[in-house]
Amino acid sequence: MSEQNGQIRVKVDGLRKLFPISKGLFRKSTDFVYAVDDVSFEIKAGESLGLVGESGCGKTTTGRMLVKLDDATDGEVHIRNAGTDEMIEVMSIQSKVDQKEFRKSVQMIFQDPYESMNPRRTIFDIVAEPLSVQGIGTTEEREQRVVDLLRLVGLTPPEPFLFRYPHELSGGQRQRIAIARALVMEPTFVVADEPTSMLDVSIRISIMRLMLELAEKLGVTYLYITHDLAVARYMCDKIAVMYLGKIVEMGPTESLLENPMHPYTRALLSAVPVPDPSYRRPQVEIEGGVARAINPPDQCRFLQRCPFAVDQCRNDPHPDLYERGGDHQVACHLVTSEGNWVGGERVELDLRS
Amino acid sequence: MTAHESNILEVNNLVMNYETKEGMVSAVQDVSFSLPRGHSLGLVGESGCGKTSVALTLIGLQANNAKVLGGEVLLDGDDLLELDKEQMRLRRWTDVSMVFQGAMNSWNPVYTVGEQIREAMDIHWDPKPSAAEARAKTEELFGLVGINADMIDRYPHEFSGGMKQRAVIAMALSCDPKLIIADEPTTALDVIVQEQILEELRKIQHDLGMSIIYISHDIAVIAEITDLMGVMYAGKLVEIGSTKDIFARPRHPYAWLILSSTPSVTGPRRQLAPLEGEPPNLLDPPSGCRVHPRCPFATEKCVNEEPPLVEVESGHSIACWNPEQVPVGLAVGSSE
Repeated sequence: MSEQNGQIRVKVDGLRKLFPISKGLFRKSTDFVYAVDDVSFEIKAGESLGLVGESGCGKTTTGRMLVKLDDATDGEVHIRNAGTDEMIEVMSIQSKVDQKEFRKSVQMIFQDPYESMNPRRTIFDIVAEPLSVQGIGTTEEREQRVVDLLRLVGLTPPEPFLFRYPHELSGGQRQRIAIARALVMEPTFVVADEPTSMLDVSIRISIMRLMLELAEKLGVTYLYITHDLAVARYMCDKIAVMYLGKIVEMGPTESLLENPMHPYTRALLSAVPVPDPSYRRPQVEIEGGVARAINPPDQCRFLQRCPFAVDQCRNDPHPDLYERGGDHQVACHLVTSEGNWVGGERVELDLRS
Repeated sequence: MTAHESNILEVNNLVMNYETKEGMVSAVQDVSFSLPRGHSLGLVGESGCGKTSVALTLIGLQANNAKVLGGEVLLDGDDLLELDKEQMRLRRWTDVSMVFQGAMNSWNPVYTVGEQIREAMDIHWDPKPSAAEARAKTEELFGLVGINADMIDRYPHEFSGGMKQRAVIAMALSCDPKLIIADEPTTALDVIVQEQILEELRKIQHDLGMSIIYISHDIAVIAEITDLMGVMYAGKLVEIGSTKDIFARPRHPYAWLILSSTPSVTGPRRQLAPLEGEPPNLLDPPSGCRVHPRCPFATEKCVNEEPPLVEVESGHSIACWNPEQVPVGLAVGSSE
């Protein structure tokens, strides 16, 4: 698949999702939660993007819109069709037929391996369901395909698993089934929404490694949604940090972790627990928790929690996300176009020593 | 001071099983540890390893089908396992209090937070506090955990998740307990809020000299807030010692593997080594050393004989037959 590396596989432009706040049965809602607000990014083939942020920042909503589980309020999403190599405009898909065709290229892995499977269906039924929906293969061919996939995701020997039910499997085994189900259509793009956050540490790493191996072997590109920057570091080539519906910083993983520029990214990074008792944590510079973006005023989304805010942050609209050197994009008035900080004094943040 | 006096808590050879329809589940097997006064001890392990079962047994809140088959739990020298239900109830909050994982969701929505903290004080203080005393105490505690005093008369829905969890910690301190058990106190919270809560707990331990037991599946959290730690696996304590020593050089293969498979945002990017296999079913725990089916160094002896917990250096003990096999430095995963 290496010859395709560098080709744009997913292109998101000005994606927006507003959830109305209900005001009773017949009244028209005038208040909206801006769950995702003007989000744009590209994912190239062979390059996984991590979408990182606290709960309520809009990362899951973004992922769901990309696989068309939610419709966008506004914006465009183009995803390359695995078969024809053309870009599909996801938001314009209307008919069931087109949607079926679309799902051959794009699949999703959900967070909870306990809730995302029908308890009354066997493992074979669960993994083969996309094939039967798409009307691919005879029963024997499907069985062969499912067996191959179970072997691929490390459930060996596969045969004993075929006619078992989800409740007979452990969390790790179930998440392997979920991965097999997502890959059975040979998609080129998979949205993985916190696929390891419900798993124990000892199992988490093997699932993460499995996903990385499969990405390489099958040429799958991930949008990897997680709240855990340490996990994103191992899974993703690029990281986008979201705050209240906006991407506030995006860049190649190590560059973003080495030189975080946005005050929010820096706070997130300094708050991540570190498995080293001699590590001296820098002070976390921001306080409070995430609010909900209900009819947010047109100013920096991070203003309320930002200790460095100046008048410009209050008066100007939310800053655009733009290049601050080396493919590293930041949305902050206080970062110059060369990537220099011009705000108040900040604590030293050195995670690399 | 004798060892007995300096330890706030001593747990000796605790054994607890759950009686289920399928048979006995060996949830806690021969667990012993002690906690010096004013220190913090972390219990870490995968889900089902028995860490919460230990905590619940310590304060007599184990499930109805739990059978404590042996051992003693000495809090300041008194064996809590000898107490009957009513005596134990009076000890909770005054002697030991507990902060549970979902505790922030256990507030009653129709009473103010202040009223609910007052209730705990009314039951456990002797004599009951006057309204002014209760209020003064609550204000003091709110200050300690970083909540504005005017929140006392507010209802739980007016608190954010992190604030509710802080208020639970304030309530846990309301009867001046000797020991706090915090079971995954920050697991449902976002990292920034988690860091704030950990900071409050750290302050409480240092400034008030509180003794705390932390339970977490997240070894990074344990590294941040404890000075002592125990690693549990399948109902057994496999390694215990100072947190610094264990992180500097884990001696038990399981502790070594868990540390090797923990990702970090700091330092150079390491290849993580996965831990193969799954935790055992405790209805039928593995023979010999319970770790042996997943241990890369297991020998015939490990399959047949159960290793005792022995001290390898001062204050650092492990239960393993082949500790010399565990390399210095973390495991590195093969890159594929």
